[in-house]
Amino acid sequence: MIYCKVEERQAPLILYRSMSLSQLVKAVEEADSSRKLFEAVQNLANARLEGAIPTLIEALSYNNPGAAVAAVDGLTLLGNPAVPALLELLDMHNYTARSWAIRALAEIGDPRGLVTLLGVATADFAFSVRRAAVKGLGLMKWHWFPDELREIAQEEALEALLFVAQQDDEWVVRYAAVVGLQALSLTIADTYPQWRSQIQEYLDQMANSEENLAVRARVWLALQHIQQNISKNIHTSSGIAAIAENKSSLTTDDWQGILNQLYEIKRQERAKNLEEGDPRRFQKLALEIQNKS
Amino acid sequence: MSEPELPDDNQLTLEQALINLQCEDLGLRIYAAWWLGRFRVKDARAIALLIEALDDEADRTEAGGYPLRRNAARALGKLNDRSAVPALIKSLDCDDFYVREAAAQSLEMLGDLACVLKLVEMLSNSTTSTISGAETEQPFDSILEALGTLGAVESIPHILPFLDYPIPRIKYAAARAMYQLSAETEIAAEYGDILIKALSNNDLQLRRTVLSDLGAIGYLGAAEAISNTMAENSLKLISLKGVLEKQIPLATPPNLTEGAVRVMALMDDLL
Repeated sequence: MIYCKVEERQAPLILYRSMSLSQLVKAVEEADSSRKLFEAVQNLANARLEGAIPTLIEALSYNNPGAAVAAVDGLTLLGNPAVPALLELLDMHNYTARSWAIRALAEIGDPRGLVTLLGVATADFAFSVRRAAVKGLGLMKWHWFPDELREIAQEEALEALLFVAQQDDEWVVRYAAVVGLQALSLTIADTYPQWRSQIQEYLDQMANSEENLAVRARVWLALQHIQQNISKNIHTSSGIAAIAENKSSLTTDDWQGILNQLYEIKRQERAKNLEEGDPRRFQKLALEIQNKS
Repeated sequence: MSEPELPDDNQLTLEQALINLQCEDLGLRIYAAWWLGRFRVKDARAIALLIEALDDEADRTEAGGYPLRRNAARALGKLNDRSAVPALIKSLDCDDFYVREAAAQSLEMLGDLACVLKLVEMLSNSTTSTISGAETEQPFDSILEALGTLGAVESIPHILPFLDYPIPRIKYAAARAMYQLSAETEIAAEYGDILIKALSNNDLQLRRTVLSDLGAIGYLGAAEAISNTMAENSLKLISLKGVLEKQIPLATPPNLTEGAVRVMALMDDLL
């Protein structure tokens, strides 16, 4: 098995820059050893070509962790163009490939992965997959969301993160949830100060109740960051403005799809607990989005 | 502490485990011994039976090993009862390599200095020149790690020769022990740096072992090297968790040392 450092993976090398896409793909197809396969996938990933997506997706199904890590990195570098293929892979019943796809989706932070990450973060049986999904909720590109959809999406992410921080059996997943809560609380500090207070209260509780020392330390750090953010009154809105040029490529249909999925989650929650979450407000939002298109 | 809380999803109860440990069925006995350790059943009767099992003659492998003794020795390390120490020290003389290894590890966990003399004797009576391949006559890595954890500074002269041992795993166990036994920070760092170099070894299995060593000693100077090691993020996170936890007592909670903040930044990136 081969693992590599991030710097190495991202370093563009002249050699494969001079190779064409078809040559790079051919090298993957013809690799006859685990080492050669890893190198070929790595070269293909580093070329950053959208045409490489199908081959990189396929590499997630090979039983070669080194190649899979390289493919995840390649797909992450390509970002949003890789998302539809990754979502498609989720529907195949190949657990290993699925877990790699979730890692890539989490790193990309594309809103189309949100509902998958919400489900995986709270329910997947492999803790490393839950860890990646929880991290993904923290890295979500919230600034892409239309305002009216962002609230529902962030509320779901908040609930999932609070649940994981409290319930997950693995320290590292709870640690990731604390990191996610910190990120989310800074993102929503301007818009939903009441959620920020909720996160703060929750972390205060965790500072006393969490039995794992490393997780507790991360809670202290998160509280420091949130407190500093309040006292300096520096909010992430400036951060959002800076990356606003990186505009969403999502279509109205995409947003409609995400909304429908969130609606479905809400409906299921409602089935479990009738008092919480009235889904009618989502129907109204769905209409608003349709009217915009 | 690093072991996750597993749900007790099998049918054994304390009473049943005590019965099974004394029954004829070798399979049930060995499972009961493992179960008592795994779920840390700190019961005086269980401990007495496990100590008794260290002398078992019924359960033998074709090669002459003692599977029940191995499991009993491992379980006793987890039950935090020093009454097991004399029997475990005696087990260090067992013919079965794996019984000796389990006994050394459990003595390390129990933290009783009574075993130091015997452990040092095992180091010094060995003939380090006649090893072949990866086989050793004694579980040197476990012995070295135990001496380091127990803070047995008097054993330093016997540990030093192992820094040149031809088997990397054992060489690094010696470096790990010397890190723990060195009173001066600068000297300890020199031994810690030996472990850092080992993180770029070509052997993935060895890199994993050293990650675990660095987590166990919590050497802050290794934090960046740990995060850059070619290995699974899960293992790097566990290693950094060990480094982080050593930083916590150095500040008054909820204050954090600069080192703790640095380590957490590395951990956040590995999630």
